[in-house]
Amino acid sequence: MRQRWPVMLFALVMAAIPFVPGMPPFWIVLLDNIGLSALVAMGLVLLTGVGGLTSFGQAAFCGFGAYTTAVLTTAYGLSPWLTLPLSLVVSGLFAVALGLVTVRLSGHYLPLGTLAWGLGLFYLFSKLEFLGRNDGISRIPPLQIGSLKMIDPDTIYFAIWTAVVLCAVLTMNLLDSRTGRAIRALRRGHVAAEAFGIHPPRAKLLVFIYAAVLAGLSGWLYAHFERAVNPTPFGVQPGIEYLFVAVIGGAGYVWGGVLGAAIVVILKEVLQGYLPLLFHGEGQLETIVFGMMLVLLLQLAPGGVWPWLIRRLPLKPDHKRIDPSLVLPPRERPVAASGALLRIEHARKQFGGVVAVNDVSFGVDAREIVALIGPNGAGKSTTFNLITGVLSASDGAISVLGRTLSGASPQDITKLGVSRTFQHVKLVTEMTVLENVAIGAHLRGRSSALASLLRLDRGDEAKLLAEAARQIDRVGLAAQAHMLAGSLSLGQQRIVEIARALCADPVLLLLDEPAAGLRHLEKQRLAALLRELRDGGMSVLLVEHDMGFVMNLADRVIVLDFGTKIAEGTPEAIKTNPDVIRAYLGSVA
Amino acid sequence: MNTTIGLFLLQDGITNGAIYALLGLALVLVFAVTRVILIPQGEFVTYGALTYATLASGQVPGTARLAVAMGVVAFGLDLFMRRRSLRPALVGWSLALNVLLPVAILALTLSFADKQTPIAIDIVLSLLIVGTIGLYLYRIAFAPIAHTSVLVLLIAAVGCHLALQGIGLVFFGAEGQRGPPLSNAAFTIDPLRFTGQSLAVYAVTLALIAGLWLLFSFTLYGKALRATAVNRLGARLVGIRTALSGQIAFLLAAVIGAISGILIVPITTLYYDTGFLIGLKGFVAAIIGGLVSYPLTAIAALLVGCVESFSSFYASNFKEVIVFALIIPVLLLRSLATPAADEEKD
Repeated sequence: MRQRWPVMLFALVMAAIPFVPGMPPFWIVLLDNIGLSALVAMGLVLLTGVGGLTSFGQAAFCGFGAYTTAVLTTAYGLSPWLTLPLSLVVSGLFAVALGLVTVRLSGHYLPLGTLAWGLGLFYLFSKLEFLGRNDGISRIPPLQIGSLKMIDPDTIYFAIWTAVVLCAVLTMNLLDSRTGRAIRALRRGHVAAEAFGIHPPRAKLLVFIYAAVLAGLSGWLYAHFERAVNPTPFGVQPGIEYLFVAVIGGAGYVWGGVLGAAIVVILKEVLQGYLPLLFHGEGQLETIVFGMMLVLLLQLAPGGVWPWLIRRLPLKPDHKRIDPSLVLPPRERPVAASGALLRIEHARKQFGGVVAVNDVSFGVDAREIVALIGPNGAGKSTTFNLITGVLSASDGAISVLGRTLSGASPQDITKLGVSRTFQHVKLVTEMTVLENVAIGAHLRGRSSALASLLRLDRGDEAKLLAEAARQIDRVGLAAQAHMLAGSLSLGQQRIVEIARALCADPVLLLLDEPAAGLRHLEKQRLAALLRELRDGGMSVLLVEHDMGFVMNLADRVIVLDFGTKIAEGTPEAIKTNPDVIRAYLGSVA
Repeated sequence: MNTTIGLFLLQDGITNGAIYALLGLALVLVFAVTRVILIPQGEFVTYGALTYATLASGQVPGTARLAVAMGVVAFGLDLFMRRRSLRPALVGWSLALNVLLPVAILALTLSFADKQTPIAIDIVLSLLIVGTIGLYLYRIAFAPIAHTSVLVLLIAAVGCHLALQGIGLVFFGAEGQRGPPLSNAAFTIDPLRFTGQSLAVYAVTLALIAGLWLLFSFTLYGKALRATAVNRLGARLVGIRTALSGQIAFLLAAVIGAISGILIVPITTLYYDTGFLIGLKGFVAAIIGGLVSYPLTAIAALLVGCVESFSSFYASNFKEVIVFALIIPVLLLRSLATPAADEEKD
């Protein structure tokens, strides 16, 4: 609980504020508004800042929450407490429906898609008869505990801020877990996440629903705070504003959402309060100044105010404690149906008219280090992508442990025990080395997102982290385990990728240029590690350009040139093979 | 519905669609070059339209002064950014572009006020004013954060939209305005009546689409703009001034926006905040076109216009719902057709 004291302190301070003598009621109203906005922003932090999915439509989810309770409490006389779960469920269900359509969208289509359905829903709210059209629904009953009616801003204050603190804690729990790492891995693209068994569309849908439920909660609170709803606060303009809040606060940080809400709400209030005094109430001055200040703030702190603030505070990020005695049970291995571990038969991959891999056949046996070499453009990385399911072969068959992989997804192939690194390092730079490596063990963890939210995952989580720490130790980066992955040298990042791959407990390790960017001693250490892994029963297939490294390490070498296998044999045989020499050095004219 | 109504709706849809096409093209252009999703495009429309209407009524539009103010800020920024290497030539160039140019335009505007001027002069002045605003907008708001993520640029764009819309209210008031038509000619091909204005809309749209296509395919500047879009760093390495590309893109977008505004303000009454919705419909078209393809965007815009006019006939209450919902199946098809291979780096 030791990381929890700032949160508790914050909760205490917030709880004490209404009791401060002489506290202007107006400030309490402001704080209520900040809380309502912070709830939505927190969802956006997870969705946009962490998951990389920009949504302009969050205000519409507030609308679902607010209208659900408004209709049910006024037309059917339900108790507001009864409508709370219903509001959340309605927001969640609409999130599932919209999310299934939207989260598949890639790149910039996604924010624009949300903009479009955000607008559509706004017009729907304002046209539907049973939602009161443009006038909305009024006379919503207040929240009530026993005889205490939460009519005043300073009583509902407690409901709002309890929700904010609770959701902040839940969100932080979620981020600091197996599911959280999967979500955070999404930003670096799909390929790396899929290679460790994460299903990006599923993870995206999860955050989408989570953000929508938080927005629904905010909407439910809003309906009972204002005691009336109309379409205006659920349109696109407020939706854009929530996104501001998250971006200004610092889109990757839970507390950035709260801070951003405070900045935006107070700024707007100040502008609305004082500008008319200064300029004698001409037009929409506050929007003008608000817009300008927004642009200015972004120019000064494009990453948001929260990280900017944190950098200036003498806070040390605390390291995760690791209990080295915990052991993650080894993965269940599929039993080999035939002798060879990996078998590639007449594999062919065509991109339009280019044949990247042409009729290549080879195999990797158990306890063997095989090197795949060849000049640039020889088809080595494409072969890797065929094996790991990133690309599917145009023709031919690839099998692992006797199972043919035609049409298998990268996740399925990982489950068979094939684990890889990437030629272009794909680490989550803003996560620590430990967390990055733990992604490798994703499939070996069991805890669900719900368990993570409620911190029921700690036993599982501690084992995953212990395993990650063990693999980091194994590759010799123990001293860097708690550093951000982005702060390491490129060579070290490659080694981190190896540790991540090892975390998946593979039978076959695919390494794409592992020695690039390493210094001489580091290369020797890497070679020693790979030999040790082989002696421990693992097989390694590596692509490498460093001939000294390959020739000293590999048991067998396969040479590709222009997509075709031109030689295969022991390093000694390859060194003297005339075809290989021709491919690398050109023929004597 | 009979054929006559159908034809009327079709004609209406095509006229609106042509305007959306122009805006969609501008959006695609700006996005391709600067990665900015230009939410303030709608403001260029309103500014263009209302500046033109104000000029035509013999008054001096506030936008002319806004251009001067923005120019001065841009000049200040230029000086501040280059404070370590201030060469007289650079300062002179910046002064001419950012201060003297808008001041000259303002002077021209003032000198033509209160006089009966031909429409052509009003149009040219409006385009100059809005064009320079676009130019300085990029310099002030976007050039300093050109390297950041699409999301940050998008939020900055929204900030600009809010500020410009508020300024629009100050300059033009809450009342709607109409401008004089470009031509009063009209003829009838039974049962449809064609006005000179709607023909002008078609002609200008076609001319601009052709012009953009020529610009991007055959001129060095156009190719430089495209190169910037594909790879900023690479473009800089081969000597393309990417900041300049951004400014040119914004200039073009502002001028195109203003042209669309001038084209529609004789047909419909425009308010200071009408542009936003018109701009968004341009967006729908641009998105359907995938933010990259000009011809697809133009076709999509016509489709949007027609869907809008037909749904306003059948289900006028749900017109906007239908138009904006149109996007979703298209987006779905697009992202299924091109599986997510995008590896984001920001």
